[in-house]
Amino acid sequence: MAEHGNSGGQDLQVSFSTNPGKYKHWRLTFDGELATLAMDVDEEGGLGAYVLKQNSYDLGVDVELWDAIERLRFEHPEVKAVVVTGLKDKVFCSGANIFMLGLSSHAFKVNFCKFTNETRLGIEDASSTSGLKFLAALNGTAAGGGYELALACDEILLLDDANSAVSFPEVPLLGVLPGTGGLTRITDKRKVRRDLCDAFSTVAEGIKGKRAVEWRLVDHLSPKSKWAETVKAKALALSTQSTRPGLAAQGQGVTLTDLDVKVDGFAFSYRYVTLVVDPKKRTAEITLKAPVTKEPTKNSRDKGADLWALRCYRELDDAILRLRTQFLEVGLITFRTEGRRDFLLEAEATLLQQVNDGDWFAHEVLQHMKRVLKRVDMTAKTLLCLVEPGSCWAGSFADLLLFADRSYVLDDSGADEPATITLTPLSDGRLPTGNGLTRLQTRFWGDDAAQAKLRPFVAESRPIDGAQAEKLGVVTFVRDDIDYPDEVRLFVEERTSLSPDALTGMEQNLRWPGPETMETRIFGRLSAWQNWIFTRPNATGEKGALSLYGKPDRPTFDMRRT
Amino acid sequence: MVATISNDKIPNNVHLSDDKRLQRALEQWQPNFLSWWKDMGPEGFQEKGVYLRTAVSVDTDGWAVFDHVKMPDYRWGIFLTEPEKDRRIPFGDHYGQPVWQDVPGEHRNSLRRLIVTQGDTEPASVEQQRLLAQTAPSLYDMRNLFQVNVEEGRHLWAMVYLLHSYFGKDGREEADELLQRRSGNVDKPRILTTFNEPISDWLSFFMFTTFTDRDGKYQLKSLAESGFDPLSRTCKFMLTEEAHHMFVGQTSVRRVIKRACELMKEHSTDDLRPHGGVDLRLVQKYINFWYTASLDLFGNEISSNAAAYFAAGLKGRSDEHKYDDHVARDGTYAMDVLAGDTIHKETIPLRNAMNEVLRDDYVRDCESVLSKWNAETRDQGIDFQFKLPSRRFHRKVGQWSEAKFDLAGHAISEAEWDQQKDSWLPTEAERAYVHSLMKQVIEPGKMANWIAPPARGVNDQALEYEYVKL
Ligand SMILES: [Fe+2]
Ligand SMILES: [Fe+2]
Repeated sequence: MAEHGNSGGQDLQVSFSTNPGKYKHWRLTFDGELATLAMDVDEEGGLGAYVLKQNSYDLGVDVELWDAIERLRFEHPEVKAVVVTGLKDKVFCSGANIFMLGLSSHAFKVNFCKFTNETRLGIEDASSTSGLKFLAALNGTAAGGGYELALACDEILLLDDANSAVSFPEVPLLGVLPGTGGLTRITDKRKVRRDLCDAFSTVAEGIKGKRAVEWRLVDHLSPKSKWAETVKAKALALSTQSTRPGLAAQGQGVTLTDLDVKVDGFAFSYRYVTLVVDPKKRTAEITLKAPVTKEPTKNSRDKGADLWALRCYRELDDAILRLRTQFLEVGLITFRTEGRRDFLLEAEATLLQQVNDGDWFAHEVLQHMKRVLKRVDMTAKTLLCLVEPGSCWAGSFADLLLFADRSYVLDDSGADEPATITLTPLSDGRLPTGNGLTRLQTRFWGDDAAQAKLRPFVAESRPIDGAQAEKLGVVTFVRDDIDYPDEVRLFVEERTSLSPDALTGMEQNLRWPGPETMETRIFGRLSAWQNWIFTRPNATGEKGALSLYGKPDRPTFDMRRT
Repeated sequence: MVATISNDKIPNNVHLSDDKRLQRALEQWQPNFLSWWKDMGPEGFQEKGVYLRTAVSVDTDGWAVFDHVKMPDYRWGIFLTEPEKDRRIPFGDHYGQPVWQDVPGEHRNSLRRLIVTQGDTEPASVEQQRLLAQTAPSLYDMRNLFQVNVEEGRHLWAMVYLLHSYFGKDGREEADELLQRRSGNVDKPRILTTFNEPISDWLSFFMFTTFTDRDGKYQLKSLAESGFDPLSRTCKFMLTEEAHHMFVGQTSVRRVIKRACELMKEHSTDDLRPHGGVDLRLVQKYINFWYTASLDLFGNEISSNAAAYFAAGLKGRSDEHKYDDHVARDGTYAMDVLAGDTIHKETIPLRNAMNEVLRDDYVRDCESVLSKWNAETRDQGIDFQFKLPSRRFHRKVGQWSEAKFDLAGHAISEAEWDQQKDSWLPTEAERAYVHSLMKQVIEPGKMANWIAPPARGVNDQALEYEYVKL
């Protein structure tokens, strides 16, 4: 098959560090309890050699969107509803840039889609867990990814000018899917009847006006002459459903300061996270550190972005994104932890206490931890956790352990500080993974007895030693100091020699047993099909629809259905 | 519902009386069309007899029948040129295959979009021009305006015929929406921006019929090549009417020029304001404006839609037969491309450059129009030559819209543009002056002072003929 160019992959330097002052593509403005996030894509501001016409987006545009939403949560507790709209004439957003997709390697496309999916889910998470409501005010046509962005919002208002439509042109025009949650959200979220979804997804120019409302593709229409007032009225109405503090918290926002990372070859050192990549072995090691000093036991907000729980997880997020976009060939991440267990447990207990007391900031910090852990879950690399003497597998860190594809304990009875694991109530309900269950429930899916045996340890945060850990099933294998080094080395070497595709498929299947949610369906079904289609000649072959889009030739399909 | 649909009321060559589907569709649509015409057609003249040409059949003695008719009683007909035997798709990937008599499923949406976009311009121009008759410079001109208007109405019928006959329920809905959009209405605007500006003076009307209807001509010519035969035949017939609209524009601007020359000589000045004429420099500014606004209608210089339409055999080049390579898969086009501040030649796949290919033909055609106007000044012994501005000048669509250019096409700064634009394009004051000249003249045979009489009347009638019975 034809793989065009390679602007994707290791060559592309994407920075996930930005702020509203640096945005090229979005304008973030505030009006009391409302904010407006307006898309105004800089055509020449793409990451690669393509022009971002018609408010189409690439990863750079989406990084800014993601950043804006994070900042709305932390820096603007006064905002209850966000209007997502566009500043271009006639078009709200025309979706992912086709030429960018055409130029990208398969791996880059998949990574790009994954990040945009996570960002869309982040919008829904802000709404459902923080009561930050979103109104998509479609001031023109919303096509493909543009409509998918709208679908992630709570309500959709469409301009009624006999022109503006919502559409999914992917199948008829590009031979791919509306794969950023589109096909899932129209059925699961908006409850559009499935045969109407079929009709909608095959008419390239989309559906406009009254019919779009009748089919539940949008919620409201407004003529142009009443546009501004309707947008405001709908946004205000949405804001009344918000549980955020609103104007009472004006000025209490916590600025998300830049993370300074020291780069030394393939080693990246943050304050609480280090990432070391071994490109030759195609592995990476991430070490997470507990708080170095005692964290405050009240008024966590005063510590701002330096609060350990926020800082550490922002750093982990950045490290994971870096691995995903810069080190595609790294197939395995080894997680280690270190530091003062007591500091960590106290910091998290304090956080949880404040969440229970209704503190908005503590709540946001906790939700952020949840999102970052989900990002780790969703990473297409083997997750290996090593529990060694002196490590700090406690509290939220232990969730990584519960979800790892494989974990080993070094049971060294002679060590000063033998390896232990401490699960806390945080793991028992506060940090669900994509299927809506905790990692503990997911790990022991269908085994109620195993869960019951663990509960006392969780409730009392009682340390579990190596031998117990194996018996209780919280780790895969426990080995003594003679066997351990070799066994871990062999595992890593064997693992990184296997087919990366088969591993990704296997891991994704095994990480989420049990029930489906919209989120797991988006990643597990929609994205998987999309990724398959992306590798098929009918999309990306020389005569494929995606390859030929905008070119003088028309696609030729291999008509055998598979 | 009373059957209002008959061959008698709606002249046609599409076997309307045997076509139940088309009858049913038109029965619903026709009353809406009439009420649209009464609301949005020429304001204040609906009950007047107008000396109109009606097409009652496609053969030579049927296509131009003249009589005084009240416009709402005009017999809007449905005509396609006669089918060409064994016609083959003249271009694109399906080159040489038999043409389609039905819409191929895979091209249904594209074709519908093409037809709706073309169809939308027809009623739009009627709406844009609806107040003009109140300031007509003569009965002759008023009649020409109405002739253009009813024919634009017929063009709408032609497009609606295609939508009704070939696109099922969706087509009927699109046909309804063609009557619901309104030129210049913020809530239901017409599709193309140019068609949302009112045309409130006659100089603009004449420029519109010269330059904007000429865009229409090239759009129709490229659709007349279509592999979808009913569209091809419909557009070919429309072209015969379009030619008349351009005749109105071209000859009328020439009359304005002629009158200006006369006044210049009479008063030995080129400042015609004191004498109620439109001076030649102002005519040039109107050319600068309308020519470039019409260039925009051809769309982006590099277009994936244009490539797709060509590849699929839906929309070709004008006069496809004059080319050797009708597939144009490997052909290229050397195009000036604007990248940042610099312009360089780039080799573009020919199919993606089809909008520009069509624009090239249009530009050449406009040049020949200007040479006729220049012949007038020459004949009058006035030393003044009109010139088309560069196609980069004053563009709102396509790559040239991203920077500022002077008349010759040299890149200039925003500041230079602001400084000079008033010497290139009509200013508010100049537009106001043109407006001030617009006074209705209704005495048969008389002309407003700013325009010369035409060379001859309509259909060999005298100039004094009562073209509109007021
Ligand atoms: Fe027309
Ligand atoms: Fe016309």
